[in-house]
Amino acid sequence: MIIKKPEEIKGSEITAKQVFLSRRTFMRSATLAATAAGTAWLYRQFTPHTEEAHTGTRIATVQPAGGPALPALNEARTSFQDITHYNNFYEFSTDKYGVAPRAKHFITRPWTVEVGGLAHKPRTFDLDDLARLAPPEERVYRHRCVEGWSMVIPWIGFPLSRLLDQVQPMGSARFVAFETLADPKQMPNIDTRILDWPYVEGLRLDEAMHPLSILALGLYGETLLPQNGAPLRLVVPWKYGFKGIKSIIRIRLLEAMPPTSWNLASPNEYGFYSNVNPHVDHPRWSQATEQRIGVPGRRETLMFNGYADQVAGLYSGLDLKVNF
Amino acid sequence: MQDAPFQKLVLLVNGLVPLTLLALDAWRHQLGANPYQFATRATGVLTLLFLILSLAVTPLRKAFGQPWLAKFRRMLGLFGFFYGGLHLLTYVWFDKVFQVKDIVTDVGKRPFITVGMASFLLLVPLALTSTSAMIRRLGGKRWNRLHRLAYVAALGGAIHFTMLVKADTRLPLAFAGVLAVLLGYRILNKVWPGYTERKPLRAPTKPARS
Repeated sequence: MIIKKPEEIKGSEITAKQVFLSRRTFMRSATLAATAAGTAWLYRQFTPHTEEAHTGTRIATVQPAGGPALPALNEARTSFQDITHYNNFYEFSTDKYGVAPRAKHFITRPWTVEVGGLAHKPRTFDLDDLARLAPPEERVYRHRCVEGWSMVIPWIGFPLSRLLDQVQPMGSARFVAFETLADPKQMPNIDTRILDWPYVEGLRLDEAMHPLSILALGLYGETLLPQNGAPLRLVVPWKYGFKGIKSIIRIRLLEAMPPTSWNLASPNEYGFYSNVNPHVDHPRWSQATEQRIGVPGRRETLMFNGYADQVAGLYSGLDLKVNF
Repeated sequence: MQDAPFQKLVLLVNGLVPLTLLALDAWRHQLGANPYQFATRATGVLTLLFLILSLAVTPLRKAFGQPWLAKFRRMLGLFGFFYGGLHLLTYVWFDKVFQVKDIVTDVGKRPFITVGMASFLLLVPLALTSTSAMIRRLGGKRWNRLHRLAYVAALGGAIHFTMLVKADTRLPLAFAGVLAVLLGYRILNKVWPGYTERKPLRAPTKPARS
């Protein structure tokens, strides 16, 4: 029986030990690097967008802040970048960093605001009408979000009372209701039904007529960007930020208290008034302190967000623990 | 490349990638407008993610007959504990500035903090008994029973997350959903062994080289 001897592997064909080991090292390093790069890419999909903000158009003839009894604010202003890249505007995204990129192409001109209800002269205003109503003023206000963070924002706007005076509220009008545009074609998050769109807000008429309540058209001297509520939003500095309804298309004067979006979503957490109040906690978290954006450490939250001298009188005799 | 120590090294490096990027972004001031809140959120989500991955190992291994997955389970669980500890640190540091009294008040007063803290504390005995020596000392059966707490902790974590968001509960509910599927598989596996498992394929014999 002939047993065939297998052909021997020539010495020259055997991979040298050194080469074998270095190839193995190379393959391993490559595997580590490739998987780590993949994980890093995946992580990057969830980190904040840090692109620079594009800017609005300069608003000419801005008057310095000098409204009646406007308290001076000696606190550093929050950066334009942070104001324009940390936003709650659920129609676009529930991710505060995700609103700016998703709202980039939101069309804010032409735009009209219908003002009616219990008014002697109901009327629809376009942006030019609004600009003519009153000279734009700079109002540097604290902005306190119900989530526990705050900013200092140099708004450009005019008193809401100037607009309401134009339509001449009837004697029976006691409340003002506001409505945000709800356009599923432009607002990618509307389909989720996380809130019951359109977003609606409301004020008591005396709150709306208070000189601190403004309609803002801009900030830092420029027209508002979509993420901040372009082209027109409400700013009521002594209330939590969500009361400052954005991208307003309708304002109505009413006799009865209007429904408000967050109150509808969670009535035991968000009341109609929603005045900033460090003594009344949100049922799930404390409202005693706040994180000022851009400033390390937490600071004490002030009653009525520091505007008690101006607005406390509106609520005399009202139990703020019940009417939160 | 098939050896276990190297594969574990791959997992170790990848598990540290998010922390490295988080630290790097923090150092370069690129964590966005609210870096404190972002660090808390990121470490919290990573905790849940790693806990779920560790709990997915056994069901995946059994359902798809992939025994090699088993070696990743301990490290995945420990990464969950590690990120959970960092998450707790961000709260204790940024939110409470190490004020023990405030923390105790908060744990008692805020249900979502209570649930979160309890879930983290449940992980401590699991991390302590994660060594091979401890497995031997406890015995496999007792060790397994103890480590079922990982499910309680992960579910607690998902509930904690659901309780703290304002309105958009999609992500926390997705975590809870995955946990429910994994838990469902375990129950099914208990009631109906055999049916849910697939025997590992025998490694194909490699053709002899000539």
